[in-house]
Amino acid sequence: MLAVNLGAAAVDGLRDMVGISCCVYALASIGLNIQFGFAGLLNFGHIGSALVGAYGTAIMVNNGHPLWLAAIVGLIAAIVLGLLLGLPTLRLRADYLAIATISVAEILRVLANSVRLQDVTGGPIGISGVAKDWFSINPIPEGRYGWGSFSFNHNTLWTMILGWTLVILASLAVWGLSRSPWGRLLKAVREDEEAARALGKNVFALKLQAFVLGSAIGGAAGIVFALRGGFVTPSFFIAQTTFNWYLVVILGGVATVIGPPLGAMVYWFVISTLNSLLTQAIGNDGWWFIASTETGAVRYVLVGVTIVLLLVFRPQGLFGDREEARLGGR
Amino acid sequence: MGAEGSVDGVQLAPAVAAGAHSATSGPILSVSGVHRSFGGVVAVSVDEFHVDHGSIVALIGPNGAGKTTFFNVLTGFEKADGGSWHFQGHDLSGKPAYAIARAGMVRTFQTARVFPRLSVMDNVRLGATGQIGERLSSALLRWRWRPQEAELGERAAEVIEWVGLGAKRDDLAGTLSGGQRKLLELARAVMARPSLLMLDEPMAGVNPALRQSLLDRIRDLAADGVTVLFVEHDMDVVSSIAEVVVCMAEGRIIAKGTPGEVAADERVIEAYLGASSGDLRDVERDTGRAPGSAPGSDDGDGEAGS
Repeated sequence: MLAVNLGAAAVDGLRDMVGISCCVYALASIGLNIQFGFAGLLNFGHIGSALVGAYGTAIMVNNGHPLWLAAIVGLIAAIVLGLLLGLPTLRLRADYLAIATISVAEILRVLANSVRLQDVTGGPIGISGVAKDWFSINPIPEGRYGWGSFSFNHNTLWTMILGWTLVILASLAVWGLSRSPWGRLLKAVREDEEAARALGKNVFALKLQAFVLGSAIGGAAGIVFALRGGFVTPSFFIAQTTFNWYLVVILGGVATVIGPPLGAMVYWFVISTLNSLLTQAIGNDGWWFIASTETGAVRYVLVGVTIVLLLVFRPQGLFGDREEARLGGR
Repeated sequence: MGAEGSVDGVQLAPAVAAGAHSATSGPILSVSGVHRSFGGVVAVSVDEFHVDHGSIVALIGPNGAGKTTFFNVLTGFEKADGGSWHFQGHDLSGKPAYAIARAGMVRTFQTARVFPRLSVMDNVRLGATGQIGERLSSALLRWRWRPQEAELGERAAEVIEWVGLGAKRDDLAGTLSGGQRKLLELARAVMARPSLLMLDEPMAGVNPALRQSLLDRIRDLAADGVTVLFVEHDMDVVSSIAEVVVCMAEGRIIAKGTPGEVAADERVIEAYLGASSGDLRDVERDTGRAPGSAPGSDDGDGEAGS
């Protein structure tokens, strides 16, 4: 391979580690971790919650409503989606739940992408100008902040502050819940539903609560995504993204409080650094079987290999303990 | 190990079973026409069955008699095809399992179902019903559930001492032996303050040392006014604590009476003879009083859905 600039690649990694994409991933993974990690619910359609949150907000703004109201509607939409999806499916076995959720998320994405619905959803082009209100109250003076390629403009920084604040608040909530009797009951239900029922616990209601809570946080992630550049497009809301979030949860540590945010940061650092290194090394000529346009795919191959190795040698993730991982993997 | 050591049956933790109603006479549970079949096979067909307040009732019968299915139906773990049952005057037929447990009819399982990766203490705490902190709306408001949680902790500690697992309090439940799990399951059920305790084969897989301890605990509960209904294979156990024995065969109740009466009943002997020679041993042991024979290793009803 050719000479590479490790330092420059690492700076790219660090930038994306604190960027909005990472922030969206962290928030969505916190929601997913409540469902998958703490409640043991295999939701393969988590992206649907983010979609509904983002589009709910965007459509409202597009129709002339103020952003704060739009964001509330987006959040409520995600909660309603959680209820609608959870009520009929949470009695299903884990594998059926997974199929039902991934289907609903795909249906939502196809609807958002539909040309016929362009007047409402913007179709494949999406909706822009969502963040106007948000950027107009930005107190940060216009300009670029940071050093070299580790820098952000004032609007990005403003959304980053919101996003990371939400990540911290959501993490604190999960921390509090996991130490409450509610969290203890959730853990018990994940271990043995029947035994919990025999003790007079309404297992279905508990699962529904966990599911809706996760969905609401997923919706919040969608709203932060919509405020990133102020535009919402269907291409972000593909099923693959849900699996990236699974990767983040497993990487960080299933059923841990700090796992998802730290997992998201590690994920983005690795992905961006690898991307930067591969782009530098392969350049415009390609290398062996890799064409220059395929570096993006190759980094995901490398990430996939990393995940397989992680699951084999460290199933508890980077910040979890082994017992919990075994449970989550049931 | 605490459990084996403390077999002084009289000592009873004060917090235990405080929820039980004082023994008024009459049935606490009355069942009529409960029916359940799987495909063409009739698993349960009980026309009339009742349990009196404050009694200890044993449910026996050969493998496949439908005892566990009957248990599952009554506790809401399986749907009945027909029939009704009333518990303390409330119609519980068709109610979900959690509602039945909340009404005071609490069950255990043939193979003890503990929460293996939770501590013994947390397992027992989970038994308590009506926990404020288990509601999502108040889970983050620590001050709202803290006092109750502290109170529950004290009661849980007492109940753990009572079953003799004091030394294991902070261990994960998954590290306990089979017999200790049965004791833990009993402790957990008792935390729910049941008025009727339904034990599905409480002695299955319990070693002889713990057996006595478990028996004593069941006696404690009965002395405190808790009604006990249990499924059991071992006739030694049955005749030592049950006041009333009910025998099921092929889904029906075929005999009811004192342990002696039922063991001598021809229909009962026939039912066991017709089933398997292994079960005959249990009947013989009771009538012939042959102590020391191996405890009934035949666990589990063979019928579908058990």
